[in-house]
Amino acid sequence: MKLLKLQRTMARAVMQPLTSTERMQRRAPDGTAMKGYAAGFIKPNDRLTSFERLEIYNRQYWFRLFSSMTEDFPGLRSVLGEKRFDAMCKAYILDCPSRSFTLRNLGSKLEGWLRKHPEWAGPKQVLALDIARLEWADIEAFDGQAKPALRTEDLTQSAGENLRLQLQPYVRLLDLQYPVDDLLLTVRTDDQDHDFASNAFEERRKRKRVRSTAKLAPRAIFLVVHRIDNSVYFRRIGSEEFAVLSALRQGKTLAKALDAAFLKSSIPLEERAAAVQEWFQNWATLGWFCQPKKKLAKS
Amino acid sequence: MPANQFNGFTDYGIGIGLRAPHYDHILTRKPVVDWFEIISENFMIDGGRPLQILDQILEQYKVVQHGVSMYFGSAEKPNREHLRRLKELVKRTQTPWVSDHLCWGSVDGRYTHDLLPMPYTFEAAKITAQKVREVRDFLEVPVAVENVSSYAEFHVSEMTEWEFLNEVVERADCGVLLDVNNIYVSSQNHSFDPMTYVNSVPAERVAQIHIAGHSKYRKYILDTHDHPVIDPVWKLYERAIHRAGHTATLLEWDDRIPTFNEVHDEAKKANKFLASTVLATAS
Repeated sequence: MKLLKLQRTMARAVMQPLTSTERMQRRAPDGTAMKGYAAGFIKPNDRLTSFERLEIYNRQYWFRLFSSMTEDFPGLRSVLGEKRFDAMCKAYILDCPSRSFTLRNLGSKLEGWLRKHPEWAGPKQVLALDIARLEWADIEAFDGQAKPALRTEDLTQSAGENLRLQLQPYVRLLDLQYPVDDLLLTVRTDDQDHDFASNAFEERRKRKRVRSTAKLAPRAIFLVVHRIDNSVYFRRIGSEEFAVLSALRQGKTLAKALDAAFLKSSIPLEERAAAVQEWFQNWATLGWFCQPKKKLAKS
Repeated sequence: MPANQFNGFTDYGIGIGLRAPHYDHILTRKPVVDWFEIISENFMIDGGRPLQILDQILEQYKVVQHGVSMYFGSAEKPNREHLRRLKELVKRTQTPWVSDHLCWGSVDGRYTHDLLPMPYTFEAAKITAQKVREVRDFLEVPVAVENVSSYAEFHVSEMTEWEFLNEVVERADCGVLLDVNNIYVSSQNHSFDPMTYVNSVPAERVAQIHIAGHSKYRKYILDTHDHPVIDPVWKLYERAIHRAGHTATLLEWDDRIPTFNEVHDEAKKANKFLASTVLATAS
């Protein structure tokens, strides 16, 4: 058997879901008996059959990926419950197997996938989607790029009307139907550093206790997931602030961003200037703006 | 033979794996450690705390990069994004060499995130060696390949694991990261003499040695990196450094991680054996 064929044959078996008792399935991916499928390319030894040897890798694959999802989405797990979360993860991983060299990216498609497959989001679909979005934003804010911060001279070089401000890549903006920031902070018991990869084997699947979450009432919030001194924080903001920041992220000029913000605003006209001044003071202090891209001089 | 072209002619001593639970201890107490090994993938990111910590570590310590997902043995081409990010990190750490495993783990762009065993065939050796060369040429640093623990063997194999290792490293002209614990684990799982393996490794190519603990089950042994090093593994280590000389040595401890001092003390047990190689060289 050639290398590529052997690797495809083994990978198909390794990535096949486990049974409900977390063992390898009796049926192979091609519908034949797994016993024969495994024996076709794996040698038995005096203690283990080909099936049992292959099963070690099959179990390890799922244990490792389940552990990664559990680490990254503890809030979603608490919303769905352990059983439903496991079933959702299995379906997600089958549809969206890892295509990245790092497990950090395993959950990158989860929100989009849940939108397409709401049947896996449980009875509280909107809540599940909100918490999944927040948890992915948290990952991106944790290790996203930080560009050099905006300086006063960067502002003086730009024209007033056409001024465009850029948000730091790590700053994530979320409009949510539920106050899931509170929920996530409750679910998190420890503030462990992310240490995604190691090459150690796990014999058993690591299980973490699922914290039951109190019933969360829907309440629309606007949230910025950002960093201060490289620690991730959640900051709630008003709808107008959110509109300005979203418009700036889309590349709109400051003037247009402000127009968008006050389109349906209840902030009295006379208070708007002061509000804008305060927002920008806060955002600048928090380091949310970065230096604009330098334009290449034309020769 | 303390330094060779495969470890950038360095003479590193005993290191330990840099792990998150030890960050505070290292940064506040600044213990004397010869060097740290980092898992490259944990730092192949755009920013944030991991890179801040890495930079702080780099101010005080020597760091060597060890990868877990290059998959030299996968039939597909190296992932360009992976290589680009790895090279960025190499520039940041100034690692004298990089290592990854002699295994495969991805096919058709899908990743298992596991270290899957190679079929020991000439075709696989050729493909693997070619990939090692491509990676080394791109990164512009020496590359060492690490033997993995395995739990399965293939019918198609045409040689032993150590013959395969020799075939790959000779073809690729690369170094070996010799993991004596992995040799022990595989020897128990596949019923071969681990000392024969150690004696067959091209000593002049050994860039680094890994030591670790493992877990024993009824029918097999797993490479869990969650225990101290056992005596039979120390014996293999002793033999390896007798052949290869005073070699950069690293203790891996990845699960149920004890305190920094416990891990460091366990690693420093290697000193006893390394001292004997120095005496042997002097006499």
